[in-house]
Amino acid sequence: MNLSFFDQFSSPYLLGIPLILLSLLFPALLLPSPNNRWVNNRLSTLQSWLLHLITKQLMIPLNKTGHKWALMLTSLMMMLLTINLLGLLPYTFTPTTQLSMNMALAFPLWLATLLTGLRNQPSTSLGHLLPEGTPTPLIPALIIIETTSLLIRPLALGVRLTANLTAGHLLIQLISTATTALLPMMPTVSILTALVLLMLTILEVAVAMIQAYVFVLLLSLYLQENI
Amino acid sequence: GLLSERHLMDVRLGELPMWLATCDFSPQGLLGGIQKAWSSYCNKYINVKRGGVAGVSMLLAGYCILSYGWNYQHISKISFLVSI
Repeated sequence: MNLSFFDQFSSPYLLGIPLILLSLLFPALLLPSPNNRWVNNRLSTLQSWLLHLITKQLMIPLNKTGHKWALMLTSLMMMLLTINLLGLLPYTFTPTTQLSMNMALAFPLWLATLLTGLRNQPSTSLGHLLPEGTPTPLIPALIIIETTSLLIRPLALGVRLTANLTAGHLLIQLISTATTALLPMMPTVSILTALVLLMLTILEVAVAMIQAYVFVLLLSLYLQENI
Repeated sequence: GLLSERHLMDVRLGELPMWLATCDFSPQGLLGGIQKAWSSYCNKYINVKRGGVAGVSMLLAGYCILSYGWNYQHISKISFLVSI
């Protein structure tokens, strides 16, 4: 059977149970629930520090009503961060490479921000469709452009996350195949390729963290406009 | 002491079938056993004063091995003699 490079993105089944279920539940084991001790263990302390950092960064630009979204945004951030980083381990499955899952995350959250804005302050929300100071003849075209850009936001959110992670995983698989294939023939070229692979893995770790952050940041930006 | 109250690690090999007979295999019993195992793992490796990476690394290694087992049927069909 030929080696197909897209096989890593299909969720394998064992006894009818897909691996994606395990990959979604496993991060819960790595994040300990906070307890009432004054001095926690190192893992809990690290986690609390990270959570405080994330929450502070996300909540500073939002007003009081926006703070109701703190739990949603912070837990989303932790989930995406752990899922993306765990996907870099060997043989694991990354659920965020599936477009269905990312759209399921992006679309309802974006729609929630949009509906909140339209319900509570409709004029301000609709006012965002026309930037200040546009020349009068341009107004109809600009409204159409802004509406398109508004409606394409959930698609962009979902596809950005999917594409970045999928591309990264594919690149890692391709370059590691090249390294293994070259090893018997040209060892020096193989070592150079292995160096490229090392840099790529470091890049992928960064991308995993950045993409999670960008997803949540954009959502909080959409929230700021509408709340 | 009493056989049913000892931990698995303290049971000798010859006594294993007897120990298994005293186990509670109902759903509540199994869940209680899983809970006990998880909390004893946490207390031994994570809830310590100077915990290191070992506690979490063992969990990650177990996760990798479990994923490998899940994938095994699919991976075993890949033949490396195919020219790329």
